[in-house]
Amino acid sequence: MDVVRRQRASALVVAGALLLLAVLVATSRGVTPLPTGGIVSTLLREVGIDVGTPLGGVDARVLLDIRLPRVLLVALVGGVLALAGASYQGVFRNPLADPYLLGAAAGAGLGATLVIAYAPQGVGPVGTLPIAAFVGALAGVGLAYGLGTAAARGQGGSATLLLAGVAVASFLTALQTLVQQSNTDNLRQVYGWILGQLGTADWPQLVMVLPYMAVSTAVMLFSARALDVLAVGDDEATTLGIRPRRVRLAVLVAASLGTAAAVAVSGLIGFVGLVVPHVVRRLAGGSYRTVLPVSLLGGAAFLVGADLLARTVIAPGELPIGVVTAFVGAPFFAALLRVGGWSS
Amino acid sequence: MHRPSRTLSRRAAVAAVVGVAVAGLSSCGGGSSVSGLPDATVTQSPSASASASPTAAFPVTVTAANGEVTLDEQPSRIVSLSPSATEMLFAIGAGVQVTAVDDNSNYPAEAPKTKLSAFQPNAEAVAGYDPDLVVYSNDANGLKAALTKLGVPVLELPAAVTLDDAYAQISTLGQATGRVDDAAKVTQEMKDRIAAAVASVPPSAKGQKVYHELDQTFYSVTSSTFVGSIYAQFGLTNIADGAKDASGGYPQLSAEYVVTQAPDLVVLADTKCCKQSAATLAKRPGFSGIPAVKSGRVVEGDDDIASRWGPRVADFAESVAKELSEQ
Repeated sequence: MDVVRRQRASALVVAGALLLLAVLVATSRGVTPLPTGGIVSTLLREVGIDVGTPLGGVDARVLLDIRLPRVLLVALVGGVLALAGASYQGVFRNPLADPYLLGAAAGAGLGATLVIAYAPQGVGPVGTLPIAAFVGALAGVGLAYGLGTAAARGQGGSATLLLAGVAVASFLTALQTLVQQSNTDNLRQVYGWILGQLGTADWPQLVMVLPYMAVSTAVMLFSARALDVLAVGDDEATTLGIRPRRVRLAVLVAASLGTAAAVAVSGLIGFVGLVVPHVVRRLAGGSYRTVLPVSLLGGAAFLVGADLLARTVIAPGELPIGVVTAFVGAPFFAALLRVGGWSS
Repeated sequence: MHRPSRTLSRRAAVAAVVGVAVAGLSSCGGGSSVSGLPDATVTQSPSASASASPTAAFPVTVTAANGEVTLDEQPSRIVSLSPSATEMLFAIGAGVQVTAVDDNSNYPAEAPKTKLSAFQPNAEAVAGYDPDLVVYSNDANGLKAALTKLGVPVLELPAAVTLDDAYAQISTLGQATGRVDDAAKVTQEMKDRIAAAVASVPPSAKGQKVYHELDQTFYSVTSSTFVGSIYAQFGLTNIADGAKDASGGYPQLSAEYVVTQAPDLVVLADTKCCKQSAATLAKRPGFSGIPAVKSGRVVEGDDDIASRWGPRVADFAESVAKELSEQ
């Protein structure tokens, strides 16, 4: 018991340290390198403390208006996606589950494509695109859940839900492709969004998604112990006082809410939700009380690093972040599999 | 024993008759075709379009990206699958010879717009207009092969990279449509207008930085593209050239990069597609401080003019010159 707790604590500390390091490096690197001392001084000046030499005019604006919101948003998105992925893996007891399983990605893609093709985008503080993607993601999951529950007719199989998710995702993707191909003028914008879009991150977007992400993160972290109990089986869980259906529903809703908020501002970034939880399991043990919080921190660190690569590798050009996560994530994952095999 | 062989021989006879009939129909040539398929040998009556000296100029051999193309008669049913080519054709007076243009050819307004797609062309649909010349800019969906099989002359005029490419394409179209003099007039007028625009800009504008925006996620163009080469004519420095090597002419920049480069002139080529304007530009985080926004040097361009390589490039050059001259 003690060993496990100690392992968990050290895993949390390591992940937290990695995240902090990633954020520091990402804030100081970019098209214009900014000195870390200057960054800290500028940040302190914003809260009224005058220490050291803050950055000059343009650099300060770049830091405060462009780079900082982007790095923070990326960290939030990465953390929530990894956490949601781990939660889905817990609910479905399936190592291949990722946050887009129940049609969240397909629904968000459809919403975004519809807005890009047919609706004005500049309305409101964050525009209509993130809102359409958010609503689309929730609608996709809702549809899958409705279909899955109706089909299972009370027998509560997660397999049925999975299949419903596949069906809904395929259908919504087909719709999205149809809309996209009927409006080829906007092709570049649609593809840009699908591959992961963080270049227009700003404070209003961060503020918009923060409440949803906070609520969903809290619910998921709270359910960690319940997920551990569920892992031994539904009947056993019931005898231990856990209500499997309720826990699953709560975790699913929370994970979907978090995923919807994440894709609303970042587009469809793959691999984070699938790979990070497995890496965490491999390195820190399989208990959800460890995997969930460590995935949150580790996913954030991973995506911050990926975003840093995306904006520095071909600077001043930018790579779509979905490309970077796949390029980095897939080989790393493959290597991990070779070494250790699945750990459930 | 006899019955199977009789059935067999009957079947063989039917097959032979059908085969001969098909061969006969497909080798049908000359005159207007009932099925609507155009012929390789052009024997239609001359068109009613007025032109400088049409019959004397034909047959003519022109050179395009798909090689040498010979036109036996002045074409009168041209299908254009390239918005830039449409603009060129109408500018040189060959608009009366055009029967159909693609769904993106929105200029000039009198161009006979159809549902034909330039992006995903359908050779059958194109052939349905019974064209005697098809002009396109990219060979997608096997268009060239299909039209060549149908015997329709095609001209491939890909996206121009320099102004000289554009002038050459206008001359090619002039030759192909029997309007060589008109084409020469158009190219000369373009050259004069662009030269005048460049000359009208004060010398202090040389070396200023320009940011040309394709959409609000910071896609831009380098100097190796057509519209980028216009900026080079003015002696402006294109900030996207820093990303030249990695992205084939159309790199995606970042907000950070644009802000730190502090461009003196911003040209928005996303006013139609993405509803961007000087106002939305100023609202972006960090952009209120860049010189272009502070001095109001933002050109709200027309998406189409900035992405085509037709005669309206002179309009584009003039709008850039106007902005640069307003000190």
